[in-house]
Amino acid sequence: MKQFLLDGQPIPFEDGQTILEAARAAGHYIPSLCWHKDLPPHGSCKLCVVKSAGRHVSACATPAKDGAEVESNTPEMNGERRGILQMLFVEGNHFCPSCEMSGNCELQALGYEYEMLTPRFRHFFPDRPVDASHPDVLLDFNRCIFCELCVRASRDIDGKSVFALTGRGIDKHLVVNAESGRLADTDFTKDDRAANICPVGVILPKRTGFAVPIGERSFDGTQISTETLKEES
Amino acid sequence: MPTTPLAAPVDLDGVLQRHQHNPTRLLQILIDAQDLAGWLPAPTLTHIAAALGIPRARVEGVAGFYSFLYTRPVGRYRVLFSDNITDRMLGNDGLMDALCRKLWVEPGKLSEDGLVSVATTSCTGLCDQGPAILVNGLAIGQLSHRRINEIAELIRQQRPLDLWPAEYFRVDDNIRRKDALLDLQMPPGDALRAAIARGRDGWLDEVRASRLRGRGGAGFATAVKWESARNAPGADKVIVCNADEGEPGTFKDRVLLNSYADLVFEGMTLAAWAIGASEGFLYLRGEYRYLRPQLEAALARRREAGLLGTAILGTPGFDFDIQIHLGAGAYVCGEESALIESLEGKRGTPRIRPPFPVVKGYLGRPTAVNNVETHAKTCLIALYGGEAFADTGTAQSTGTKLLSISGDCAAPGIYEYPFGVPITRILEDCGASDTQAVQVGGAAGICLANYEFHRHIAYEDVPTAGAFMVFDGTRDLFDVARAFVHFFAHESCGFCTPCRVGTSLLKGFMDKLADGHGARADLNDIEWLDRLLKNASHCGLGSAAPNPVIDTLQKFRPAYERRLVSLDFEPAFDLDAALAEARQLTARDDPGAHLKTHEEDAQ
Amino acid sequence: MTTPVPRKLRVATTSLAGCFGCHMSFLDIDEHLFELVELIEFDRSPLTDIKDVGPCDIGLIEGGVCNSENVHVLREFRRNCKTLIALGACAVTGGLPAQRNHLSLSECLREVYQFRPGVENGQIPNDPELPLPLDKVRPIHEVVRVDYFIPGCPPSGPAIWKFLTDLIAGRTPRLTGGLLHYD
Repeated sequence: MKQFLLDGQPIPFEDGQTILEAARAAGHYIPSLCWHKDLPPHGSCKLCVVKSAGRHVSACATPAKDGAEVESNTPEMNGERRGILQMLFVEGNHFCPSCEMSGNCELQALGYEYEMLTPRFRHFFPDRPVDASHPDVLLDFNRCIFCELCVRASRDIDGKSVFALTGRGIDKHLVVNAESGRLADTDFTKDDRAANICPVGVILPKRTGFAVPIGERSFDGTQISTETLKEES
Repeated sequence: MPTTPLAAPVDLDGVLQRHQHNPTRLLQILIDAQDLAGWLPAPTLTHIAAALGIPRARVEGVAGFYSFLYTRPVGRYRVLFSDNITDRMLGNDGLMDALCRKLWVEPGKLSEDGLVSVATTSCTGLCDQGPAILVNGLAIGQLSHRRINEIAELIRQQRPLDLWPAEYFRVDDNIRRKDALLDLQMPPGDALRAAIARGRDGWLDEVRASRLRGRGGAGFATAVKWESARNAPGADKVIVCNADEGEPGTFKDRVLLNSYADLVFEGMTLAAWAIGASEGFLYLRGEYRYLRPQLEAALARRREAGLLGTAILGTPGFDFDIQIHLGAGAYVCGEESALIESLEGKRGTPRIRPPFPVVKGYLGRPTAVNNVETHAKTCLIALYGGEAFADTGTAQSTGTKLLSISGDCAAPGIYEYPFGVPITRILEDCGASDTQAVQVGGAAGICLANYEFHRHIAYEDVPTAGAFMVFDGTRDLFDVARAFVHFFAHESCGFCTPCRVGTSLLKGFMDKLADGHGARADLNDIEWLDRLLKNASHCGLGSAAPNPVIDTLQKFRPAYERRLVSLDFEPAFDLDAALAEARQLTARDDPGAHLKTHEEDAQ
Repeated sequence: MTTPVPRKLRVATTSLAGCFGCHMSFLDIDEHLFELVELIEFDRSPLTDIKDVGPCDIGLIEGGVCNSENVHVLREFRRNCKTLIALGACAVTGGLPAQRNHLSLSECLREVYQFRPGVENGQIPNDPELPLPLDKVRPIHEVVRVDYFIPGCPPSGPAIWKFLTDLIAGRTPRLTGGLLHYD
């Protein structure tokens, strides 16, 4: 069987598997925010960046190669990951204490995983809206990290294209498929795949936010690495 | 009440019909729709989405991506000042201030009567005849205060653009040194005839023998690219000419398209012959839109002459035609996979590679994307053979290279040299003196200090897409780097985290230093950001974005250090300015109503 | 030769734009407080009511920076403390007070002092004795250099205890195993 070396450990893989898929299947965690097993790789968050043959590549989008030597869980790569997390934290308004996703949020959980103690940089404090128009779902754009999981799930799984990104660069932002800009004026429902795929706290079902109390949530007691490997094995 | 330009329904149907209601042509449709009303009101986007049968959110996504598409009202006269460092060196900021004062408008805002808006834009490719502006998309160079006064008056009088003095819109070629390509006097079709005579394989052999490499900067072997596209599965192959010449300081493609368009189109047709493509696109940057009519005319002439269309030059099975696609202000579309996304009517976001465009490009078809100059150069190979082409230049960099020279020199313009020419020779030829540094290859390129001027223009030494900006001893290289950092922050597509946030953070640090609030800690953060951008970015834009800072920090470090007010730490923001609003609200100006941003040691 | 008794570390604490929740959490280290006072002594702190901070080994800052007085206090701490620690979400990120950052200052002040129901002829206070608010609430690392950060709203007693014991013992402090929380 073909294999590559991940931090010195042999990782078997099948043709067509990416570095990330093969690594996780073999019980080695490579982090991600924009990757989802039901969708094609996107490669935008860059948390899965690994070093292969000395070059930085996105593990989620790079096919595994026989005999390759890949570095992932090293102080250097984890330091870069922490830096990318810090960038995501300062770019949006991520105020965990008042967020109902706290404890289930993958961004926060990755902050814990990589021991991010400070967002380090100057906060951008952007002015972003909240859309409470929909009867069942609240949109809080303050927390958007532009992973496009909702965009892709709505388009590719739900067949609706409720979401899209507009703007460019640091002004990029999420919009919904209505001239009014209101979610209530789209055909979005709380049962859409896109309603249940946000890794952070942008797309929130109403009236259920605290059904599971803080302290008993996915990542309150478990590291996201452990949780992810458990889910995907 | 401010009056806004009319958002009344315009005849979108004509536009939609012209583009066959084809969603792939969404960007072209939006450009044409905007031409009718000056901007793109929300109902227009809704109408277009419905007519094309695509989600409105997608249309809004595309409309919001490109700098030259406006989803908010803009002036009936839209003045955009080119903001390359060479424009800044020629005083574009003073000219913009003057124009704004005369027209009672703030930069970036719409005047109250809806008449005019004034803002900056990335380099418009008139660096040899700047400072330059675009007025409603048309280029005007050689601005002076006198000309600004005249323009303000024309706008106040609401004089239609076609009644403005024609000499305003004259764009000069400024060709200063000719070599093989610029000296070529070729009747259209001669290169094609020669290539057809060699057969498709024989022609590709010649290109291989020439060892021609891409003139867009990356230097990929043209023959290898063409062969990959030819061998890729799929019969409907595509040729794309990348005329999205957005690299600050580069303008040689503008000159080729203006005065050598037949060579460019003939080169595209030569590529089609090698690869077996039937469809070609010229992706023309929005800033060069004024060239479109003459380019369309050239295409029409070539069709009439049997150089485009079916059975080109009577060769059965050689069918190929070219259409022009306009860009709309997005540097990232110079990256070939982003360019293809844009051609498909989408946001110009670089794709994941592999698959490479030669295998899966435009609409999933094998696509060869080449630079304007690369296409033109193939005419020389067809006419005189690959061996002859490889006789000039160096072993690894064959042929000649067009350089776009601007900045502190007596004779800015276009210079064609065989590869291998030393920097010193170029500086001598263009009349540069007391040169402190040269930025080769544009913002993404390399900054050379005077102790490196013995180096040569060549892929193996100093590679370049053609930009060559000269800075004499009076210039501050920190300002140069800062201008480029602003450029990258403006042009980042925002797809990947490191580039989207990193370019903005870097801009923040450079501005902090420029504003006199820099500390040693900021230099450490800058260097840390440089590394992360270089390592983790999705495409070349992000990984090149820190280049100007890395180079100048290494070679002109004192330009940074003399801006530091602390060897330790300075606040991330201007503390006293942060109290300004409260002072105004309370009408206080006592000492307690102020803060010193820089904390004196004596305190 | 006698072994010198190790000098007690001098610690100062304060709350800027905070709710004193982090200080309450500090007290939640319960019986460890007895161990702690063997190792440290307090300088300026709400626990001592000393008003000005003197030379210290460690400064703990709760709360973000929302006005000019916060800036002065924070700078005084930075000048006097060899090690400065941001304690809790507000000091680390701006926290709850920073939720006003998407509003303009004039909106905030007018709403409170002029347009609030029940207020008549109200005006925004302009007494020179009062500190002026900043346009935005900032985390403390945007105003002074900060050496360590303990996130959490509030950080738990055990997290604070772990961090301080690491620090006092000369180990680089780490928060792992559930001690690291942002909420």
